[in-house]
Amino acid sequence: MKILTEHIDVQGIETIDVFRKKGGYSAVEKALKTMTPDEVTEEVKKSGIRGRGGAGFPMGMKWSFLAKPEGVPRYLVCNADESEPGTFKDHYLMMKSPHTLIEGMIVSSYALGANTSYIYVRGELMYVVNILEKAIQEAYDKGLLGKNILGSGYDLDLFVQPGGGAYICGEETALLESLEGKRGNPRNKPPFPAVKGLWQCPTVVNNVESIAATSWIINNGGDEYAKIGIGRSTGTKLISASGHVRKPGVYEIPLGITVEDFIFADEWCGGIRDGHKLKAVVAGGSSVPILPAELILKTVNGENRLMTYESLSDGGFITGTMLGSGGFVVMDETTCIVHNTLTFGRFYHHESCGQCSPCREGTGWMDKVLYRIEHGKGRQEDIDLLVDVAKKIEGNTICPLGEAASWPVAAAIRHFRDEFEWHIKHPEKATQKGAVFMREGASWSL
Amino acid sequence: MTNTQTIQFPADTLELVHKIIKRYPEGKQKSALLPILHLAQAEWKWCSSEVMDYVANLLKIKPVEVYEVASFYTMFHLEPVGEHVIEYCRTGPCCLMGGVEVYDHLKKKLGIETGETTADGKFTIKEVECLAACGWGPVFQIREKYYMHLTNEKVDEIIDELSK
Repeated sequence: MKILTEHIDVQGIETIDVFRKKGGYSAVEKALKTMTPDEVTEEVKKSGIRGRGGAGFPMGMKWSFLAKPEGVPRYLVCNADESEPGTFKDHYLMMKSPHTLIEGMIVSSYALGANTSYIYVRGELMYVVNILEKAIQEAYDKGLLGKNILGSGYDLDLFVQPGGGAYICGEETALLESLEGKRGNPRNKPPFPAVKGLWQCPTVVNNVESIAATSWIINNGGDEYAKIGIGRSTGTKLISASGHVRKPGVYEIPLGITVEDFIFADEWCGGIRDGHKLKAVVAGGSSVPILPAELILKTVNGENRLMTYESLSDGGFITGTMLGSGGFVVMDETTCIVHNTLTFGRFYHHESCGQCSPCREGTGWMDKVLYRIEHGKGRQEDIDLLVDVAKKIEGNTICPLGEAASWPVAAAIRHFRDEFEWHIKHPEKATQKGAVFMREGASWSL
Repeated sequence: MTNTQTIQFPADTLELVHKIIKRYPEGKQKSALLPILHLAQAEWKWCSSEVMDYVANLLKIKPVEVYEVASFYTMFHLEPVGEHVIEYCRTGPCCLMGGVEVYDHLKKKLGIETGETTADGKFTIKEVECLAACGWGPVFQIREKYYMHLTNEKVDEIIDELSK
């Protein structure tokens, strides 16, 4: 079942003519000519789609919070600042099929009553900015953007905004600050963007994948979309697979397949690279807890773990994790968990905006302590120190970067404490090139 | 190198600047700052204070509003850089794919460390965080172009080609 990527490998799909031949922009026709904005919103609500950027908040509900005071413009801003390590699905979708996003932007902007919308793309992806701008020009030329779209009386201008290289701008209020030409410092909430967003006007910020899915929802109905998936995990999800699998890449899965199938079936990742064994997975982008092989495949109750919001979080943070952004990083037995955790710790240290002291200072401490453990200078008390710092950041910051920085460190210690201890006890061994701790009796041990 | 007298976008870029400013409501031209800093860096290679002052002037904002933004975002170079700036991803997924070895090879080949520029001014190496290309790693970026699935051999080819 493919909704977003059915035609992604069709030659020329990045051009409007080929895209339309494959049924593209039919949702714009349907929505603008036969539906009211509220009816569009209603279908999105019925679909049960949850925000695909990572937080998983129901999209229709987010839309319904949008304030609509008379005479005040409203904005839709697409969050294409994809920066969560392990995640590259939006990059893939926009680069291959820009009109898929643009069609969703038109449908969604219509539903929200926005007459100007922006796609905020991380600045590193300037070549994708160019692809999108070319596609947007095509849409203007065909009367799908601009004044009186398809004779419906609805006007929409769509612009692409490049970022400047800052993970924090994926946080929606930081993104809005950035779009206003400022540093990407997250805002205190409330007020939420739905009330005071871009230039203090009501604004909805949605992820690329979420917005792109609205076209299918309008064409086929929210109920049809909700039939895909399991329970509150409806629809399909783009999963970015990286690391030690045979076939890394972006896969559109129906929510509800088993994690085991996703990793091992030929249809998806095709298993672990030859001659190696699964050690651990970060299932939803770098910020979600890492799980060892046995816990990512099955819950503590022995049930098969599914690719759904609920199943991945089964067991809470003690034995579970999160679907997050779908950044699925697979590690085999050659992976040093301490080194991997250091790269994540360093990442969050670098990306902290510096506004809240627990995060600004804490991420720096975690980076420093992880660095010394990895480089054979760890101290006995360092492991507990890391746990303590992580705890003190969590919940004490304006935005969720604090949690995003704390969780991976806390989880790595929770599940691989012996590996950290080994580094501290045996620095001469641990600092040798390619040295990796092997847990006795573990399924991945050689 | 830049100096105040010569800082002026060419006419076609200036036209583009004015088009970009029109993307935002009246009085909100500050929103054009990031797009215009990108144009400025493309023009002058790095964002000197003279360049930033020029951008401030174009947008009718205070110079400090440009400095604080340019220094916040990692893409803007606040020091002179070489002709080709190689920005390699050092984050987890790229490391899993052998990134560390490949980047070591790159540094050895160019004879410089991260943050340095070769004596001939041809190359600068910078270390950056995740470039959203994790399944195609190891990855580095030179200007707008992504170089993916890097190996030592590929790095040699790329550097040799750019050295010509």
